[in-house]
Amino acid sequence: MDKRNVVIIGGGPAGLAAAIGAYEAGERDILILEREPKLGGILNQCIHNGFGLHTFKEELTGPEYANRFIRKVKELGIEYKLETTVISFDKNKVITAVNEKDGLIKIQAKAVVLCCGCRERPRGGINIAGCRSAGIYSAGTAQKLVNIEGYMPGKEIVILGSGDIGLIMARRMTFEGAKVKACVELMPYSSGLNRNIVQCLKDFDIPLLFSHTVVDIKGEGRVKSVVIAEVDEKLVPKMETAREITCDTLLLSVGLIPENELAKQAGVELSPVTNGATVDDRMMTNLDGVFECGNVLHVHDLVDFVSEESELAGKCAAKYVIGGGFEADGGTKVETYGGVRYCVPQIIEHNDDYEPFPLKMRVSNVFRNVYLRVYADGQLVAQKKKQISTPGEMETISLKAEQVEALRKAKEIKVGLEENK
Amino acid sequence: MELICICCPLGCRINIEKNAEGFDVRGNSCPRGKQYAIAEMTAPTRMVTSSVLVSGGKEKMLSLKTDKPIAKSLIFDALATLKGVVVAAPVNEGDVIKADVLGTGVNFIATRSIEKA
Repeated sequence: MDKRNVVIIGGGPAGLAAAIGAYEAGERDILILEREPKLGGILNQCIHNGFGLHTFKEELTGPEYANRFIRKVKELGIEYKLETTVISFDKNKVITAVNEKDGLIKIQAKAVVLCCGCRERPRGGINIAGCRSAGIYSAGTAQKLVNIEGYMPGKEIVILGSGDIGLIMARRMTFEGAKVKACVELMPYSSGLNRNIVQCLKDFDIPLLFSHTVVDIKGEGRVKSVVIAEVDEKLVPKMETAREITCDTLLLSVGLIPENELAKQAGVELSPVTNGATVDDRMMTNLDGVFECGNVLHVHDLVDFVSEESELAGKCAAKYVIGGGFEADGGTKVETYGGVRYCVPQIIEHNDDYEPFPLKMRVSNVFRNVYLRVYADGQLVAQKKKQISTPGEMETISLKAEQVEALRKAKEIKVGLEENK
Repeated sequence: MELICICCPLGCRINIEKNAEGFDVRGNSCPRGKQYAIAEMTAPTRMVTSSVLVSGGKEKMLSLKTDKPIAKSLIFDALATLKGVVVAAPVNEGDVIKADVLGTGVNFIATRSIEKA
C-alpha cells in the first residue's frame, strides 16, 4: 500500500486551492486525485466571465480562473493523478481508487481533504409529472453539451429554476441561436445573483416568472410543450392558472447537492441543512484527519470563496500532518437563530494556534434592514449590518484576531439575524 | 425606463428619465446606482463570451471572450462574426482568434489553451 501525507480527493477549484494551501504550510507530500481527464473541475465548462473579482481583482472566465491555480500547482510540482476515480474511503484514511494506468490503487493517507464538489438536483429530485421524453436536461448538462461537446440540446427552451447555472444557460442558448421562452421560479425570489438576472434574462427580454412551476411535460419521444402554473403561498400549484408553452427542451436549474457519498461511506457526520460535513474552524470533520471544503461542504455562489476556504482546509491538513495530529478539545458548537439557516464552521475549537477563519452563513428568506450578529457567552462579538440579505447570497462575517479569541474562549456561541430597531 | 441595479445585492429598482439637464434618476440608494443607470442609458457595454470549433486538438471546443467590453447593441453582430470559424490546434490562452471585431478595436481572445491531438 502506498503511503502519502496529504491526499486531496477532487481536482476542481477546491482541490487545487487545498493543495496550494497545504504546500504553503510546509507539506511536500501531497497527491490530488481527479476523475476527469483534466484539472479544473466544473470551471472548465463555465466559459462565462465574472470569476475572480475577489481573489484577483479582475473578471476572469471559468477556464482562466482554473488555469491560474493549475499553473501554480504545476509550478510547485504538486503531484496529481487524472482519470482516477476514488471508489472507497474509510475512517482509517485508506483510499481505494482506480485508473487505466495503475489499475486498482490503495493509499494510506495521514490526512485527507474531501474536495468532491456538488452535483445538480435531477428531475427525479423534484417529482415533475409528465412524459419521460428526450429534451429534459439539467442546466449543467446542457452547459457541458454546448461548451465542451459543441452540441446544442434544443431550439426552444423553457428553464425551471432561477439558479445561476440556469440563468447563465439562458444567455448561452440565446447566443447560440435558441429561443428561451421563459424562466420559471417556484419561489417568490430568485436563488441566482442579481447580475445574472439582469445580464442573462433582462438583456434578452426573457420573462422570469416568480411563484410559478412546471406541472406537466408533454410530448412522446421528444418534449413538445410544458404546462406551467402559478403556485400559492404554500407552493401548491393553482391549476386554474395553468398554461401551455410549446418548447422542445426543458432545462432544470433546481439546486445543487454536495457529493458526499465517499464521506458517508467513511462515517463523516453530515449536516441535514447543508448536506455537507459538520466541520470545526480547521475544516476538520468528526473523523480525525479528514477535512472537507468547497461545494461538497456547502454550496457557494462565488468560486473565490471556495478557493479561500479550501486554502484554509489545505493549510490545516498540512499542520495536522506536520504536528502529528491535533489535540482534541471538543470545541463549542455554533448555534444559529432567527433566520440564519446554517453557519460554517459548525464548531469552534478552544485551542488558539490554528489559522484565522471567517463565519459563513445563509439565511432562510429575504430580509431587509437587519443585523447579522455573533454572540459569545451572551456578549456581542461581531455584527454586520445588511440592507438586504437573501437566500441566494452567502453571507460572510470576517473576524479579527481578538474576535476569534473571544469565540475560542466561549462556552456558548450564537449566530443569528436581528431586526434593526 | 426602469432598471435593476447590479452594483450590489440590494438590486435597487431605478427609474431613469431624460430631462433638459441630463437624467432624472430615482430609486437608487447610492451614487454607484446613479452612475450605473446613466451608463446603461447612454452607452451600455457587455463582455461577451462564446466558443468556436477546434480542429486537430485534444478538445473539441475553444472558449473565447472579448478582451474589452463591447456595446450591448453589437452583441449579436459580434457573435455572428464567429459563425463558421474553426481554429487549428495548438491554441494558447490569450491568442487573438478574431481581431478588431466589427471595427470596434475589440478582439475575441482564447480563454484556454488546447494542445494538438
